[in-house]
Amino acid sequence: MRDIAPSIRQRLFGEIPRRGWIGLAVLGIGLLLTPWIEPDFVPLMVLIFYFAYVGQAWNIMMGFAGQLSLGHSLYVGLGAYAAAIFYIKTGIGPWAGLFLAIALATAVGGLIGYLGFRFAITGVYFALLTIAFAEFCRILFDHLQFFGGSGGLYLKVENRQENDLFNLRGSPTMFYYVMLSLVALALALCRWLLSGRLGHYWLAIREDPEAAQAIGINVFRYKMYAVLLSSGMTALGGVFIAFYYNNLYPEQTFSMGRSIELLLGPIIGGIGTLFGPILGSALLVLVGEGMTDVTEAWQLPGLKQILYGMAVLLIVLFLPGGVWPWIARHLGLVKTGDGK
Amino acid sequence: MSAALHIDDVSKSFRGLRAVQNVSFDVPQGAIHAVIGPNGAGKTTLFNLIAGAFKPDKGAIKLGERRLDGLRPDQVCAAGVGRTFQIVKPFKTLTVEQNVTIGALHRTRDVAEARDQARSILEQLGLFEMRTMLASNLTLPDRKRLEVARALATEPSLLLLDEVMAGLRPTETDHMVAFLRQLNARTGVTILLIEHVMRAVMALSQHIVVLHHGEKIAEGGPTEIVRNKAVLDVYLGEATP
Repeated sequence: MRDIAPSIRQRLFGEIPRRGWIGLAVLGIGLLLTPWIEPDFVPLMVLIFYFAYVGQAWNIMMGFAGQLSLGHSLYVGLGAYAAAIFYIKTGIGPWAGLFLAIALATAVGGLIGYLGFRFAITGVYFALLTIAFAEFCRILFDHLQFFGGSGGLYLKVENRQENDLFNLRGSPTMFYYVMLSLVALALALCRWLLSGRLGHYWLAIREDPEAAQAIGINVFRYKMYAVLLSSGMTALGGVFIAFYYNNLYPEQTFSMGRSIELLLGPIIGGIGTLFGPILGSALLVLVGEGMTDVTEAWQLPGLKQILYGMAVLLIVLFLPGGVWPWIARHLGLVKTGDGK
Repeated sequence: MSAALHIDDVSKSFRGLRAVQNVSFDVPQGAIHAVIGPNGAGKTTLFNLIAGAFKPDKGAIKLGERRLDGLRPDQVCAAGVGRTFQIVKPFKTLTVEQNVTIGALHRTRDVAEARDQARSILEQLGLFEMRTMLASNLTLPDRKRLEVARALATEPSLLLLDEVMAGLRPTETDHMVAFLRQLNARTGVTILLIEHVMRAVMALSQHIVVLHHGEKIAEGGPTEIVRNKAVLDVYLGEATP
């Protein structure tokens, strides 16, 4: 193990410039202290963390391996339902249920990936396949009484004064730290993968599958790895969001809108970048929240959606590569535009 | 790091169009051979058959003793065949160095080691100064060189070069010819090239195969081929009596 450690350290932390370290340190300390300084921000931050995490997971498939999924709510939903029903029926907390959630989501993700990649369904047609599966599950869960059907599935809301990390029952502040850890772990994992052979192979497949295959990359296998990892990670996000909100409705959980919501973060922040999903999610949640306040102040229903849409439009129009690459360039964090 | 290529009675049709018909030839271990022929003669199809992009309808392709036909492109690469694409396919949003590093990762898991190999190959091909540039910002001749560098990084025993001289200036062509000759002498890699630039073909290849309408119409040494009547007819049109 001793000789592996330096290489892991190099892959995780190598090539980070000094100002990058300072930025990370300030951000990290700020995020750790936020619940004490400004408890009102906590629910908003939990939402940001959630989108940052599932955005990171979606980004593995689209940003790294170039496979567009428009049905990622499927994996959120499968993860959420699997862990929730396991908890309700057995009383055993989500730390056990999450294995079930990940197994189920990766099985379905693997099936979609296999069908798509084996039969060379690419691009938008592959995206349609992902939508089809998500829609199928929405309708399926609507009719499965075991999972509460269309009436929804509820987790018992218990006394929130005491944090029970083992059963994931507790205050938003507990979820704040849980979700923050998830975001940090996902970021580290992606950074590590991207600096290794797997990440390089994904980028090659994204850029040109034919050229990738000609230099010996088993395109099918590496695309499968991306789908399996992405679906599994997304399911984990579903588990925590289920225990945070305590209710699940197929109509919402598996909806197309949820899939879109989830991929807006990485698109706005910068597809294929490591900080894009995080930054994009923060921007979108904050803009959304700001618009809600404006709408309430002016008493104009529907204004939020219009302003939100316009904000997204402007970002896409003026920063088509995303906000993060633009910021990184201006901070001098990248030597080339190589997407890190 | 060298192997002989055997092509035995290979045919491939696309919906009735016979792209390659009953073509047979050998490239001995360590040799440099060229495939020439007018546009649409089936040269690139032949390359795609060797590289596994297409499966031949009939016939056999062997590298040394190993059958290549029926393998996937990545398996053909693993068997020791490196190829370039006539229409270049760089990984556009990655740097020149990353492009070649990914090729080198075929033989090692270690990214740092692959990067070192990539740099050494880039240096040999005169691309070292451009290593931090995005591949999309390269000129066409440089992209052609990048194709060669990336294919070489997989450490092939047979290198398939599809019109890598096209678009190069005469001096650049001479550089490429010198590089390939030196590479062949140093590593013994077998080279099969498709080329229209006769300056390069004559300078490099010991043996030339001429394709026309998917069929082999001639083969022989360079001086022999330029005097061959069938070849002259194909290129210049038949003389009317």
